[in-house]
Amino acid sequence: MNPARYEMVVGLEVHVQLKTRTKAFCGCSTDFGAPPNTNTCPVCLALPGALPVLNEHAVELAVRAALGLGCRIDPVSVFARKNYFYPDLPKGYQISQFDQPLAVGGSVVIGQSDKGTDLRIGITRLHMEEDAGKSIHDRYPGETAIDLNRAGVPLIEIVSEPDIRTSAAAGAYLRTLKQILQYLDVSDVSMEEGSLRVDANISVRPPGQTKLGTKTEVKNMNSFSAVERALDSEYERQSALLNAGGRVEQQTLLWDGAKETVRPSRTKEGSHDYRYFPEPDLRPLMLDSKWVDHARKDLPELPAARKARFSTEYGLSPVEVEQLTADPAIAEYFEEVARASADGKAAYNWVMGEVQVALRNSSEEINRFRARPADLAQLIKLVRDGTISHTAAKRVFAQMVETGKPAAQIAADQGLVQVGDESAIATWVDEVLNEHPEEAARYLGGEKKLQGVLVGFVMKKSKGRADPKLVNQLLSSRGG
Amino acid sequence: MSVDNYTQLGAAQIASSVRAGESSPADMVRASFKRAGEIGAGSDELNIFLHADEKASVEEAEEMQPRIRNATDIGVLAGVPVAIKDNIATLGLPTTCASKILRGYVSPFEATAVARLRANGALVVAKTNMDEFAMGSSTENSAFGPTRNPVDVRCVPGGSSGGSAAAVAAGITPIALGSETGGSVRQPAAFCGVVGVKPTYGRVSRYGLVAFASSLDQIGVLGRTVDDAALGLEAIAGFDKMDSTSSDADVPIYRLSALGKPAPEARNPDTEAIRIGRSPVPLPPPPSATTLDGVVIGKPKEYFPESLDPEIRRVCERALDRFRSMGASIRDVSLPRSPLAIPVYYILAPAEASSNLARFDGVRYGLRVDPGKGLKAMYEATRSEGFGPEVTRRILLGTYVLSAGYYDAYYKKAQAVRTLIADDFRAVFTSGVHAIFTPTTPTTAFPIGAISDPYEMYLNDIFTVTANLAGVPAISVPIGRVRRLPVGGQIITAHFDEYAMFRVAYALEAGLGAEAHQ
Repeated sequence: MNPARYEMVVGLEVHVQLKTRTKAFCGCSTDFGAPPNTNTCPVCLALPGALPVLNEHAVELAVRAALGLGCRIDPVSVFARKNYFYPDLPKGYQISQFDQPLAVGGSVVIGQSDKGTDLRIGITRLHMEEDAGKSIHDRYPGETAIDLNRAGVPLIEIVSEPDIRTSAAAGAYLRTLKQILQYLDVSDVSMEEGSLRVDANISVRPPGQTKLGTKTEVKNMNSFSAVERALDSEYERQSALLNAGGRVEQQTLLWDGAKETVRPSRTKEGSHDYRYFPEPDLRPLMLDSKWVDHARKDLPELPAARKARFSTEYGLSPVEVEQLTADPAIAEYFEEVARASADGKAAYNWVMGEVQVALRNSSEEINRFRARPADLAQLIKLVRDGTISHTAAKRVFAQMVETGKPAAQIAADQGLVQVGDESAIATWVDEVLNEHPEEAARYLGGEKKLQGVLVGFVMKKSKGRADPKLVNQLLSSRGG
Repeated sequence: MSVDNYTQLGAAQIASSVRAGESSPADMVRASFKRAGEIGAGSDELNIFLHADEKASVEEAEEMQPRIRNATDIGVLAGVPVAIKDNIATLGLPTTCASKILRGYVSPFEATAVARLRANGALVVAKTNMDEFAMGSSTENSAFGPTRNPVDVRCVPGGSSGGSAAAVAAGITPIALGSETGGSVRQPAAFCGVVGVKPTYGRVSRYGLVAFASSLDQIGVLGRTVDDAALGLEAIAGFDKMDSTSSDADVPIYRLSALGKPAPEARNPDTEAIRIGRSPVPLPPPPSATTLDGVVIGKPKEYFPESLDPEIRRVCERALDRFRSMGASIRDVSLPRSPLAIPVYYILAPAEASSNLARFDGVRYGLRVDPGKGLKAMYEATRSEGFGPEVTRRILLGTYVLSAGYYDAYYKKAQAVRTLIADDFRAVFTSGVHAIFTPTTPTTAFPIGAISDPYEMYLNDIFTVTANLAGVPAISVPIGRVRRLPVGGQIITAHFDEYAMFRVAYALEAGLGAEAHQ
């Protein structure tokens, strides 16, 4: 008998660190990588008598994220204390939101089905909370060190519906979510720096069953692909358990990336009773509907809308659009070039070609890239109107990256302006034929395939300035 | 003015003498310590002080001298010695909450209320004894021994702000800060025969007050007279950006209420600047108000039960007669949910306390007891050894009522009843009643060690705890003595109407005159 194939049911909890200058409830810096315990104060150290004061910028970013994910913002949300003891949790409770979160009911489109309908993953809720500090277990033998720099850093937790059915869909959801948050500019969304963290709830059930199976929670994945592998691994484990007549036990599991497997966490699920109650040190968070409407109007263009627009406005293929919009800064750079040059296709070729290569070589951010979009657009125009050759354009571009000077100036300074003078080109052609008598003889004798070689010699002799079209014409007329 | 009669001087008289250059701030501080020595404020006698440093206090006072010569905005409390309850953070002196778990702990920052007192010219001379973490009604729960009542050293001073009330009653300072969660300023004020005010929730910043139950906690002022309490409260009240629950409502000049005038127009409530030197300068003692014409005083039947001590009833009736003779009318009113206040309080306050006291875990500061058997054992040993029995009881109670499965039955229901208790007050104050008058406590001060049953102890707060649950301001004023022990009368007004509260209190104090201590 074949083992039954089960349906995977996954919901993801994503913690995202908001990009604020200061912490959620005090004025301490959120800088990553400061010496341990230097970004602290009475409030985030939980000294006796200190009180939290909500960071308004954190609220703005959380609201922007919620709106960007299509959530409904609750006009009144309530902070709550989540109580548990741990050395990196200074107050003995985390300020979070519980039964009255900031926002509920959004969704993310992760692609299209075979029938062309949107594949949509629902978002149950989005709430604000503060981060805990960091426990460092491997630094001092036999002892644990505590770094409270991260304690009190503002987070949002985005909880998805259990709408995810495959590990690939989980990956797509995470990549889409990350991209949206990047476009919204609310977070650095870096899993390496811990500004984006993912916990997965997974269960399996026989196809056709509507009731959910017993879930496990998988933590400790350090990349999106680790999430996918962890889900596949846990799916197989749960399926095998059920097929062997066993039962899935509700528990928290840790993904072990080295062994490619999950192992039980030391803290047992269900043993925690967080004793949530409304945080009495903070008033309920009241958001004015006009302010929220204003924030909604201020939202930047999101990835889906931008993709659709790029494809119609610039006549680009879906693959090209995906490439251009992956990073919002690249997309914006492209768009400036495309608009100024009035040539989307050329702008695409330059941005995804030379620009990407130059960025990779210099490992520079596009925002600080010396070849500005207006200059690149000028370069595209110079090529289009025949002022410089495409070969010369690449050399001009290299100079632009290095010096930040305008394209036309570089072309003129370097003598790269294309030569369209027939007599000058004829001279070069004659010289080439004289200097390469063997190839000349064979070519003139009818060996047409040598024309490309000879054009190359002429281009080289002209230092790229000769108009290749004219060179070809002249050579053809000689050979003809 | 000489400092020979220091123990009889009010804050206004001290400040006006210091401002006029008749005496120096250092004279006042020395007089305060002299009195403390005479009366035995040290640990072997009355045990009022937990921490004091005479030399440092005198030096601080001397540093103030040039400010007094050169500045006119030195503040309404120039040179006034003050004592601070030990759960309010001070720079310099330790802040231990009378708990072993914080023994020796010195705060690196100062409470807003203390900073404002200092900005107004006050000089901190001592941190006062209290029930551990403000949990108690007798100051017997201090880890450092009980405080004795200066009026009768066999008795408790009340609590939890027993040390602050005793400091004022003993004439050591004219003003002391206390804190309230369920009557911890008013009850010891009543037991010691001094004035104690608990302002509206949000009136005074809680920044630097070590939290017991955050939604109920409020810093209050103990004073020798109503005027001392009014000046003290005016100095510390007002919005503070460090406390999100503090109110930006205007702080009127409370002593103008003694003139029987209506509250002044609201002014811009903002800025730290108005916190200094708002009262009229120089400072005459307030004129005695002799009229309460048109004032309606409510007498809630739930606070005058059949079982009330007839002697306490007698002095209350005498106070009500004085109100009548000053032109006020007395109206019978009802606060029907008041009998539910004690159970509601003993669910909500421990619930919040169980969370607020979680930070005392031996990790970052304070006591750490580590048997070397891992983290959990360290937590257990530290907290078992660091907290006294009453604190432990309330943490356990609070943890229980917040637990899964019990939250709705206890915490949520208690919150709902709390709202009803506040509604009771609102109903009375919107029906034309300006102030409510009740006895502050059901009994006078009791002998040390007399009450061992926690529930019996909790009933001490039966008349005071409703004002904390409702958030309304209340003041206890001495109204007489029973069997030679002081009795307090309580005046409660609507939210943020401390002005009316002080008006009635000034009038009662003037109307009773010497009877207040007879």
